[in-house]
Amino acid sequence: MGAYIIRRLAASVVLLFVMSLLVFVGVYAIGNPVDLLISPEADQKEIARVVAALGLDKPLWEQYLIFLKQALAGDLGRSFAFNTPAIELILQRMPATMELALAAMAIAIVLGIPLGLYAGLKPDSVLAKAIMAGSILGFSLPTFWVGLMLIMLFAVQLGWLPASGRGATTELFGVQWSLFTLDGWRHLFMPALNLALFKLSLLIRLTRAGTREAILQDYVKFARAKGLRMRRVIGLHVLKNIMIPIVTVIGLEFGSVVAFSIVTETIFAWPGMGKLLIDSINVLDRPVVVAYLLVIVALFVFINLLVDVLYSALDPRVRVTGAPA
Amino acid sequence: MDLRLLLVGLLLGWAAQAPAQQISIGLGGDVTSIDPHYHNLTPNNNVADHIFGTLVHKDEKQRPLPGLAESWRPIDDLTWEFKIRKGVKFHDGSDLSAEDVAFSIDRTGKVPSSPAPFTIYTKQVTEAIVVDPHTLRLKSAAPYPNMVIDISTVQIVSKKAAGAASTDDFNSGKAAIGAGPYKLARYVRGDRIELVRNDAYWGPKPHWERVTFRLLTNDPARVAALLAGDVQAIENIPTADMARLAKNPGFGIFRTVSNRVIYLHIDSNRDKSPFVTDKAGKALERNPLKDVRVRRAMSKAINRQAIVDRVMEGLAIPAGQLLPDGMYGVSPRVKADAFDVDAAKKLLAEAGYPDGFGLTIHTPNNRYVNDEQIAQAVAQMLTRAGIQTKVEAMPANIFFSRGSKLDFSFMLVGWGADTGEVSSPLKSLLATYSKEKGMGAANRGRYSNPKMDQILEQALATVDDGKRELLLQQAVDVAMADVGVIPTHFQVNTWAARKGIGYTARTDERTHAHAFVPVKP
Repeated sequence: MGAYIIRRLAASVVLLFVMSLLVFVGVYAIGNPVDLLISPEADQKEIARVVAALGLDKPLWEQYLIFLKQALAGDLGRSFAFNTPAIELILQRMPATMELALAAMAIAIVLGIPLGLYAGLKPDSVLAKAIMAGSILGFSLPTFWVGLMLIMLFAVQLGWLPASGRGATTELFGVQWSLFTLDGWRHLFMPALNLALFKLSLLIRLTRAGTREAILQDYVKFARAKGLRMRRVIGLHVLKNIMIPIVTVIGLEFGSVVAFSIVTETIFAWPGMGKLLIDSINVLDRPVVVAYLLVIVALFVFINLLVDVLYSALDPRVRVTGAPA
Repeated sequence: MDLRLLLVGLLLGWAAQAPAQQISIGLGGDVTSIDPHYHNLTPNNNVADHIFGTLVHKDEKQRPLPGLAESWRPIDDLTWEFKIRKGVKFHDGSDLSAEDVAFSIDRTGKVPSSPAPFTIYTKQVTEAIVVDPHTLRLKSAAPYPNMVIDISTVQIVSKKAAGAASTDDFNSGKAAIGAGPYKLARYVRGDRIELVRNDAYWGPKPHWERVTFRLLTNDPARVAALLAGDVQAIENIPTADMARLAKNPGFGIFRTVSNRVIYLHIDSNRDKSPFVTDKAGKALERNPLKDVRVRRAMSKAINRQAIVDRVMEGLAIPAGQLLPDGMYGVSPRVKADAFDVDAAKKLLAEAGYPDGFGLTIHTPNNRYVNDEQIAQAVAQMLTRAGIQTKVEAMPANIFFSRGSKLDFSFMLVGWGADTGEVSSPLKSLLATYSKEKGMGAANRGRYSNPKMDQILEQALATVDDGKRELLLQQAVDVAMADVGVIPTHFQVNTWAARKGIGYTARTDERTHAHAFVPVKP
């Protein structure tokens, strides 16, 4: 197990390196950030001075080597737009995105698995059909539209919830969280629901498909023949067997919710990382874009590792070992 | 003793009854820093106006007003003297003096890794002489009539608080000590800025005790926040929501013409231009855009009123020159070309293109209000006159880099004259591109007319306001007679507020919390 984890981590270092190179070259190819950041009234000398001050006058390979040298020393560079270490900018915004992602995944899991289970067990009931129809809507309606509709309904028409922004925060472990205040939840509810909708539909459909398949298996028939109560058959045997694809998907979806909840964050003016990424791409703030994607790659590596470890807990046949696969 | 208790009781009761005067305002642009000398960006400058303040303020039409300087006058051709207002206190209680002003001007060139330094406004100042605590003389190497206008952009910080401060110290609030009407309470990057009233402010006392600027850069989100009551006012109403908001009796709308002109830049100086083709798509040997008749024909082929009415939904004013009427340097002789397709076709025929030619217009799609739609409309209008025009839209981050590399033949761009007078666009957009002189830095069409350059240079060295304005008007006449660029329209700046709150709309796109006042419905 230990050797396996070390090998995975070593592979991820290579991945981080390749990623940084790709993003670095990619942002360079788009254009010159100084064209966007500098005041349009600046003259040629002024522009040249700023380009030199930001180190953008050097050839690309030299810029990359400087970045690499600093990165190895733990410094991912300072944002061109904010003059703040890029990593600090990202970490400042991370709690907001994390709590949004956690709330969204919680809604998706708490609602999705029971609803999917029900739809799988009683596929012909009216309720099951309604759940499945609803999940199709959840899949196909665009996030930005649903978000705007939620705002129109709950904030503008009914006036129950605030339209946007993050609520009052409290500090825990030196980080600002809005999960512990009522105001925080009032602000969190709509964006979390909006973000959860797609994942919820995905989980309903996955759970239903898994349940339909599992319920016909011999071990279920055997368990029932043995006289086990239905609740135990489903709650233990069926659920455990259908969990593997669900855990995989939850893991991957969690990563993508954290990394790319950009649309929801923009519509709800949620001060998270996704909005930072878009703003940074818009002004070609290369240090932030590079650092952001490196953080996300690291996050995905970690989540995948966690999923693999969970597999072995769920399915005794899967063994996480040091031997090559 | 009893009396004192009674008094305290009364005071407490009064405090509980008086509603705190608070306002939340939704801003459309991101504020990247509180350091007023770090990034010359309208949203940053707007927040700095609240916390710091400048020697010379500007009214809603960008005309200079006494600010931290009570008065100013040129002593000789190379020296301006500013009388610093007496009795002005910084937020920390210390007195404003000429030393602080000299320090602030000097600091503009010393902010590390500033992506948009204010040195463009201070580089001509060769020396700042502190005569006494309330008199400052600024010297320049050549006559510098725009000194007052340029210096009006420099925010004054406290030398004591900002002496060795970094940009981070300003963002945290430690060094954000100014003499403005509001003090910084909290800056949450990408989210909000909270201000409290400075009761020791030297000017009129602002109405609101607490101000929260919410950064709502997404258009629908900003409007929704207003409708839902999260904020009491917003800037920059999206054109699509304008009609609906205007009909809603719960809100008031405030608007004025902007200092931002939307114009078409033309590759008018090269013998071959990359996106000019014949009608079959083959590159042309000579560049028709060099011919003033072709450029005039293009201007005549554009129906400006239709762009204003249909694309901008009325939130624009047709433009025939670089600044709207009433601003400094606007020529009374230049009018927008009337829409006339036949005249355009005739001019094209005279120039030797009776069948027109092919052209591509390049445009950003996330920079100006409805930018891509405007380009689409322009392309259709030109096509009708015989110039078959294609549209290529791209994000601003690609557009400006490619434009500066002269990749385009014809492009849609905007220009906001921060200084509020016409030398700003003339110098950057129409003067001959010259690194040595620092002219024409944003002249992406490389328009060049030595006569215009000469009049402009003369104007920039004329200290007398009246004479300078006449020269600037002449320069505008020359550039517009050449159709150096084709202005299409001026944007309109808009604000919306809950009923009962009024605002004085400004040409410079700034949203001043102290300019929101309660009004009788």
